Amino acid sequence: MKWLHKDLLDVSQLSRSEAMSLFDTAAHFQEINTRPVKKVPTLKGRSVVLFFAEPSTRTKTSFDVAAKRLSADSFSLAKSSSSLTKGETLKDTVLTLQAMAPDCIVMRHWCSGAAKFIADRLDCAVINAGDGRHAHPTQALLDGFTMFQEWGDLAGKTILILGDIKHSRVARSNVILLNKLGATVRMCAPRTLLPSTVRSWPVEVYSDLNEAVKGVNGIMCLRLQLERQKDGLLPDLREYACTYGLGPKHVELADKDVRIMHPGPMNRGVEINSELADCDRSLVLDQVANGVAMRMALLFLYMTRKGAEE
Amino acid sequence: MAKKKFDLIIRRAFLKGREVDVYVSKGVIAEIRDTQTEFDPEGAEVQDAFGLTMMPSMIDVHTHLREPGFEYKEDVESGLRAAAWGGFGAILCMANTNPVNDTAATTELMLEKARRHWPDGPRLVPIGALTKELKGEELAPMAELVRAGCGAFSNDGLPVKNTDLFRKAMEYASDWGKPVIDHCEDPFMAVGCGVNEGEVSDRLGLQGQPDMAEALQVSRDVLLAEYLDMHIHLAHISCRKSLDVIRQAKARGIRVTAETCPHYLILTEDYLEDPATQYSTLAKVNPPLRPEADRLAMIEALEDGTIDFLATDHAPHAAHEKEVEFDIAPCGISGLDTAFATTWGLVRDGVISEETFNRAWVTGPAETFELPCNRFEIGDPADFFLFDPEEEWEVCAATMQSKGKNTPLAGSVLKGRVKTHFLHGKKIV
Ligand SMILES: [Zn+2]
Repeated sequence: MKWLHKDLLDVSQLSRSEAMSLFDTAAHFQEINTRPVKKVPTLKGRSVVLFFAEPSTRTKTSFDVAAKRLSADSFSLAKSSSSLTKGETLKDTVLTLQAMAPDCIVMRHWCSGAAKFIADRLDCAVINAGDGRHAHPTQALLDGFTMFQEWGDLAGKTILILGDIKHSRVARSNVILLNKLGATVRMCAPRTLLPSTVRSWPVEVYSDLNEAVKGVNGIMCLRLQLERQKDGLLPDLREYACTYGLGPKHVELADKDVRIMHPGPMNRGVEINSELADCDRSLVLDQVANGVAMRMALLFLYMTRKGAEE
Repeated sequence: MAKKKFDLIIRRAFLKGREVDVYVSKGVIAEIRDTQTEFDPEGAEVQDAFGLTMMPSMIDVHTHLREPGFEYKEDVESGLRAAAWGGFGAILCMANTNPVNDTAATTELMLEKARRHWPDGPRLVPIGALTKELKGEELAPMAELVRAGCGAFSNDGLPVKNTDLFRKAMEYASDWGKPVIDHCEDPFMAVGCGVNEGEVSDRLGLQGQPDMAEALQVSRDVLLAEYLDMHIHLAHISCRKSLDVIRQAKARGIRVTAETCPHYLILTEDYLEDPATQYSTLAKVNPPLRPEADRLAMIEALEDGTIDFLATDHAPHAAHEKEVEFDIAPCGISGLDTAFATTWGLVRDGVISEETFNRAWVTGPAETFELPCNRFEIGDPADFFLFDPEEEWEVCAATMQSKGKNTPLAGSVLKGRVKTHFLHGKKIV
């Protein structure tokens, strides 16, 4: 299969059939991850730069493992070790990276639009590993892949996204992808943690969690940034946990086979009850495992795309 | 030999719908005649303006010249050059320099720079700070600033948070007869910057600034102006909510005047979402670009007089400052070079009338800020420029006189170009 996109900035760039073929490719790589020797020579000699201007152990490790399992060389450029702290501009960092001729740059940055900024200036592939509040396409794809493996077709399924949606790039990318895949999306959060124009989004909006969970097939909890209380968006964490934290009584109201997801890292006892996080309905660890497979699929397709082969 | 009667004669210029010869004597308009076939220059300098349209020099009451302190962005000389080529005969420059224009020394420095670089160039009128260092804590020495040559007061980019202090500043300024200009932005509501709070900011994941933030402060200012029975001028109004308040205030006889900028008439927040210009910091401006409905409301308000006139809010920045992540880029659009062509385009397209255009750039600002202007009546200053209404030009670094090349119009082709500009009958361009 030929991959034509140079960059992955958000899932809005992908068609439904492209998303499905990413799922196919990820399923293929999933098999490699079950072998005793979890390494194939597919990307031998190619290099991936992991440029994380905002700290993230999970996503970065996931990409690093994915690159290594495909035999690509991966290099890290963390905020602390890069020149960013010395006042170097993103443009200069990008030009420096360009001079090192990588095949792909995976970037996490605290500014929305930062991935687009570097993609416009680099010849190599850019994969957005999260830019500000804007997009987190690889998370959405691994979530979609996890659900696809659980249920097959997502048409007719209802997914509830619960928590701080206003500041969440995970929620933004998931809404776009789940809509593409035919699922119904619900959202539940206090009004202060919803986007100002959420009513125009293709989602059903709830403020009462007991109503929101009724009959849903999947619940995706989001991590609450604990400083939101200081920003004046919440009275306190206890009230949040009591009102919007997912607990066993909510799961009772959902579909009997409901699945629970969380992109991690979790605040146990805040946005999710600790036992629920570990119960057999929880897909949290499947998400982590599928994250590696999905990122292998992405690195493979973006680094062997048409035009990258010469 | 008879004594020469005229110093300058502009021949065959197109003015207000007819072809005329304009006679200038001692820096003022002496006569305007329909073009004669019989013509005796009587020793005067003659400029043939065939094919060109004549326009009174425009006035921009809201520019940022950056000198002293940020000369790499713009300085008095480059700013005046951009003004002259842009069709402006007078500009008022804001106080957010470094040091802030809150002492006579800074005002005098600006005026001295203008005089030394270009004694016959566009008239420069500095705007003094309303509070010391624009901090919003203590009143600036407004009497001293007026004596040094300031023509108005404003805290522009840093609106005074303390409403009581703002009231005192308005009262104190009123003693010196100079307008107070307010940048309307509720300091607590306006945490986001550079993008309107709405569907676009929500999709882009940017912290937006609600139009409410502007309208709330507009409401405060209008109430203050009514209570104190004083005039207030509202800078760069950008949204319909503010217009509703201003319209009502004017109907009630409150002394409020308001300006908007060309970019709010021709651009919308959609620019930031267009795939070609997504997250472009060139369109990061404060107040932010709004949705189409607001743009249309601004045009209507300009036409019906709710908006008294236009100003550029010329905010030049260096390329490296804008070529950064959206969140950290400075706000502002470089506007002097493009203001004429973009707004004349609205006249050409029948969106606004020529009378509105003239009020927007000439008579409106002149009346509010008590500046001389040319209405093409006998005795008016011979301040005018000639432009080619058909000439197309591409907005790019090479075609802009300002040091600030930061404009979302970069790469676009505008129609209508200033060819020559006279102030007091002297050619400056
Ligand atoms: Zn301002």
